[in-house]
Amino acid sequence: MNVHEYQGKEILRKYGVKVPNGKVAFTVDEAVDAAKELGSSVVVVKAQIHAGGRGKAGGVKVAKNLDEVRTYASEILGKTLVTHQTGPEGKEVKRLLIEEGCDIKKEYYIGLVLDRATSRVVLMASEEGGTEIEEVAEATPEKIFKEEIDPVVGLMPYQARRVAFNINIPKELVNQAVKFMMSLYTAYIEKDCSIAEINPLVVTGDGQVIALDAKLNFDSNALYRQKDIVEYRDLEEEDPKEIEASKYDLSYISLDGNIGCMVNGAGLAMATMDIVKHYGGDPANFLDVGGGATAEKVTEAFKIILSDPNVKGIFVNIFGGIMKCDVIATGVVEAAKQVGLEVPLVVRLEGTNVELGKQILNESGLNIIAAESMADGAEKIVSLVK
Amino acid sequence: MSVFINKDTKVIVQGITGSTALFHTKQMLEYGTKIVGGTSPGKGGTEVEGVPVFNTVQEAVDATGANATVIYVPAPFAADAIVEAVDAELDLAICITEHIPVLDMVKVKRYMEGKKTRLVGPNCPGVITPDECKIGIMPGYIHTKGHVGVVSRSGTLTYEAVHQLTQEGIGQSTAVGIGGDPVNGTNFIDVLKAFNEDPDTYAVIMIGEIGGTAEEEAAEWVKANMTKPVVGFIGGRTAPPGKRMGHAGAIISGGKGTADEKIRVMNECGIQVAETPSVMGETLIRVLKEQDLYDKCKTH
Repeated sequence: MNVHEYQGKEILRKYGVKVPNGKVAFTVDEAVDAAKELGSSVVVVKAQIHAGGRGKAGGVKVAKNLDEVRTYASEILGKTLVTHQTGPEGKEVKRLLIEEGCDIKKEYYIGLVLDRATSRVVLMASEEGGTEIEEVAEATPEKIFKEEIDPVVGLMPYQARRVAFNINIPKELVNQAVKFMMSLYTAYIEKDCSIAEINPLVVTGDGQVIALDAKLNFDSNALYRQKDIVEYRDLEEEDPKEIEASKYDLSYISLDGNIGCMVNGAGLAMATMDIVKHYGGDPANFLDVGGGATAEKVTEAFKIILSDPNVKGIFVNIFGGIMKCDVIATGVVEAAKQVGLEVPLVVRLEGTNVELGKQILNESGLNIIAAESMADGAEKIVSLVK
Repeated sequence: MSVFINKDTKVIVQGITGSTALFHTKQMLEYGTKIVGGTSPGKGGTEVEGVPVFNTVQEAVDATGANATVIYVPAPFAADAIVEAVDAELDLAICITEHIPVLDMVKVKRYMEGKKTRLVGPNCPGVITPDECKIGIMPGYIHTKGHVGVVSRSGTLTYEAVHQLTQEGIGQSTAVGIGGDPVNGTNFIDVLKAFNEDPDTYAVIMIGEIGGTAEEEAAEWVKANMTKPVVGFIGGRTAPPGKRMGHAGAIISGGKGTADEKIRVMNECGIQVAETPSVMGETLIRVLKEQDLYDKCKTH
């Protein structure tokens, strides 16, 4: 789960990670009031969307007085920002972070992330702050320093110190940087983060080590024990179909094609998208109905697919294991009856209770095209939507 | 022969009184798996499906001589269940549970260092040695006994591969689902190593997906060590970056973990990769014929 920068900073502040003073604003007036309250000579107006690259897209402006705050806030609020992470359609800005400016002496990068190869959390750092860490890794990998963290003892001060020296934090500020990293690690562990990225971390003219930006992601599997994090969820940042799907515990991701896919199992769902593409079609979504789905859940899944106006045909691909084919068939028939089915539907059923499932589909009176295999089904649906 | 499990494997079911566990206990018993006990704290002394229930794993092991466990315990309690199994010194723990917080698994993995137990999963379909032992949730009837090993990060794609093999008359030695989570107990290399050492496995299908670099590492291992042919498939060629495709581990982040990169490395390491998921079986058969192994692998 993603949160906004201002929310991430709010969380970090509680853990003693130093962040600039700032306030969220939903309107231009709120933005000006926030700037007044901060009382600093320079404030930064920052667009709050769930995507990086805001600065380059014109979503971050430095204001030297309240008039400028008003100008920039009205300019950015309501604007659609297109960055390398938003996709071409961009994201509309609905919130701003009004933050006190600071005198940046140097920018660094600090990040915590899970290293899958070692199954450990890793602290990564670089003195090339402000640029994306992937770019640094590409151009100057020798400038990235890593510390693998043993979960038994957690991040140790010597490791944080070693990192601070490696990335050339000024000697007199090393202790501050160590405290910063230790606090960041505590927040990461206690809040079940999946990413905690501070880019840039800055050293200021008055000798502070401070997080100028903060990107926190949380492990969605752990949200059951992070109720306060769930409160930060911003539904406006998410696709409405994905929100609807999450209510029914369905794993759904919107894509921009026109062939709706309903599949059981994440691997098979991905492979189904691939094979649709292989035969020249474009999937409209990824949808894994999961192993323990009921007919009601399948009905809801089907309705979500049909709610996408781009969908010109549907391919149901099921290999029943725990998931029984008759349950899928019942759910599909029920959904088609409830919402009407005006696009071609190709169904491939295999596995547990396959005969019963086929029988239910045959007797439904619906115009369903049966497929013998995954490839057969993909070929059929692609030719039907063309 | 087979890997990890066979007809002598004695299995307990952790969380046996839950509805999913009960359903699959029944299925496993019907398949012929030796389910010798189960655990459900507070329900010790009772019986389900004719199987004795114990309060703790240690009690179950002491009473039954079990050497393997299958875990259906809900995600918030699954890390505890795995550690309990490790502590009871079982040879094998297979964790079916999905949605375990990843930091729980980081701790579990660290705890398991130097211990005896092999963990398969979590978030996996389990392991099956056809006609001998089925531990997990896979439909038993699609499998046939034979000589091709299957290892996969995805449950349903494993079924797809096994089904294609069975239809083509190619039986399987063992099928291992290693699970779709970013931190898991047994990885591709562990399973490939076991298949390489198993005299009854003549070839392997390895099914990966986007996210991480486990397939690339496995491919390098195959190139350096494997004496048997390996073919592959990678799911998620068309997956958009930055999105978690159902499995917690299936995400392309920072340009890393793409299907194309995995396929490139696998090809470089001599692994033929099926163009689509529906030709996994065909691809294997082509390689078997090239290597003169087809007749040895044809079981029915």
